[in-house]
Amino acid sequence: MDDVGSVVAFWMLAVMTVGAAVMVVAVRNLIYAVLFLILSFIGVAGLYLTLSADFVAIAQILIYAGAVSVLILFAVLLTPRAARDNAETFLQVPGLVLAALVGVTIGAIALVTDWNEAARGAFPETAGAIGEALLDKYVLPFEIASVILLVAMIGAIVLVRED
Amino acid sequence: MSVDLGHYLIVGVLLFSIGLYVALAKRNAVGILMGIELMFNAVNLTLISFSRFVSPPTDVSGHVFVVFVITVSAAEAALALALAVVVYRNRETIDIDKINLMRW
Amino acid sequence: MIFLAEWWDLRDLGNPVGKLLELLGDHGPDWLPYVVSAMVGSITIVVFLLVSLLAFAWVERRLLGRIQGRLGPNRVGPWGVFQSIADAIKFVTKEAITSRNVDRWMFWSAPVLVAVPVLVVFAVLPFGEGMVLADLNVGVLFVIAVGSVTAIPIFMAGWSSNNKFSLLGAMREVAMLISYELPQVLALLGVVVFAGTMRMSGIVGWQDEHNTWLIFLQPLAVLIYLIAGTVEINRTPTDIAEAESEIVAGYHTEYSGIKFGMFWLTEYFAGFAITAIIATVYLGGWTLWGLEEWVPGWIIFLAKLYGLFWLFIWMRGTLPRLRIDQLMGFAWKFLLPVALINIFVAGLEVLIWRENDLAAEVVLPGFAIANLVLAGVLIVVWGRFLGRARPSWRPARARLVKELGAVIYGQES
Repeated sequence: MDDVGSVVAFWMLAVMTVGAAVMVVAVRNLIYAVLFLILSFIGVAGLYLTLSADFVAIAQILIYAGAVSVLILFAVLLTPRAARDNAETFLQVPGLVLAALVGVTIGAIALVTDWNEAARGAFPETAGAIGEALLDKYVLPFEIASVILLVAMIGAIVLVRED
Repeated sequence: MSVDLGHYLIVGVLLFSIGLYVALAKRNAVGILMGIELMFNAVNLTLISFSRFVSPPTDVSGHVFVVFVITVSAAEAALALALAVVVYRNRETIDIDKINLMRW
Repeated sequence: MIFLAEWWDLRDLGNPVGKLLELLGDHGPDWLPYVVSAMVGSITIVVFLLVSLLAFAWVERRLLGRIQGRLGPNRVGPWGVFQSIADAIKFVTKEAITSRNVDRWMFWSAPVLVAVPVLVVFAVLPFGEGMVLADLNVGVLFVIAVGSVTAIPIFMAGWSSNNKFSLLGAMREVAMLISYELPQVLALLGVVVFAGTMRMSGIVGWQDEHNTWLIFLQPLAVLIYLIAGTVEINRTPTDIAEAESEIVAGYHTEYSGIKFGMFWLTEYFAGFAITAIIATVYLGGWTLWGLEEWVPGWIIFLAKLYGLFWLFIWMRGTLPRLRIDQLMGFAWKFLLPVALINIFVAGLEVLIWRENDLAAEVVLPGFAIANLVLAGVLIVVWGRFLGRARPSWRPARARLVKELGAVIYGQES
């Protein structure tokens, strides 16, 4: 992808996404952290659009920025006396070391390996192809995913009932 | 200067390691869930970028996989938050440093 | 469509814009037409929305007044036509009070962010042939996704106001929004099943090609979408979160001045957005069975949009407000199962059509009649037997005082 528009879009979206993720760590207020997480989700949706994955980008906005974020905000609301200062536990230094090690290792592997990149263009339209694949090759995971969603819904309702 | 697979993979790795740090180091249970969601996003981004740059032009398996990952992560986020709310009801806190006894 | 390609042929608004871009491309750098075309499209949409807002703020108040048996505003100009300008001046010049302990950044950014999804939705709606700002492949899904993002700024507004009633109002509002997203999605999916594409201009093209409007083929879906859309934009009968007699004014209690003006503006723009989506998807968009040869398509589209908005104003003036538990029960127990049955039947019909390769002129009227009958039967049967909550006690017949043997003071004899 070498045209100016794609490159500028990628850099702006990547900076927004990773910057928002860093602010999730750094900001001292839990609600602000959730809002920066939503910004990160929208940034990732933009990166999907630069990769011409239109259906997945819209699904990301619909599910993550629209539903999972509301879920997280409701969970913060329903726990009023919990500490909302986004503090770290006593394991923060080992956590930082481990995350840095994992990041460096995976990054090095990702950059060193020869991934057989083909010089292929963007996929023209993914929604139809995804629909056909979901009902043709991947119908069993599709059905199992719907059962997972049903079980999660019933489980969440049963857990939170005030009996 | 063009953008290719390596750039997207680095963004994915950065998101994954930041998500891992958040999941390991935050005290609030909801904060830990936010880190897990960041890790899911990083994985999805990596899958889509591989599907775009490496897979054959008619193969949408990467996109289908990502749809399933989004689905399962949404279900798991719902359950994790329901658990956090129930733990809050019984213990009055969701600070994981304080929830360290199975009995009381 | 036989449109002339001259720049003065306003039936396709792309013609004057194309001429302008050609002039710019000849006399300027390469990227200038690209940027200017995007800017022209966006500015046109915003200007159209603002002008419609000015006009329809006055129309709504006059029409509501006439429905309620009174005159509307009639002082500010002949028949009060300058009332919206007076409203705009009021919003701009009123003091925008900020309470002391509000969360600064969220309080200031919430009114701005709440207007963003509503403006973005207009990018995928076709105002005429080829007059779409962004003709996305997944247009219908985009509309749904952007509608679901509006929950976040509303929550931000309620949370940052440092006011328990604002927070309660915001929570109620968000619960209403997410409950009515599902029937909205399923109603739009009924259309996608018939049209075979999620592209908005493709849906309009399907309706044009088969010479029918999808409202005839999916009457139940259009009713569900009308109701779900009214709830999504918080108009009466569902404006619990912001009516004055309800929880003060819900999530925008603490906002005054231009910040409240942004919320008010967003409500109108969202009304235009919902009516534009219904006009595109169910009513055939910019086509009118051939009339678009003479009348420009965008005038037909705007006429449909304003006609539906008149219907919304009529609903506002006529129907009483619903309680929050009535609303939520209605969504989950009535609209969602009925929408699921509707999409099941729609899928079945399209399957029968495609498998047997029947001719469209024979099959579509049959489907229209079958769907209409199904809609009537479902609404009556579901509402009568299954959709209503059973009250735990039934109110007895009112008894007269003298039946109970009581004595009315002043009439003992």
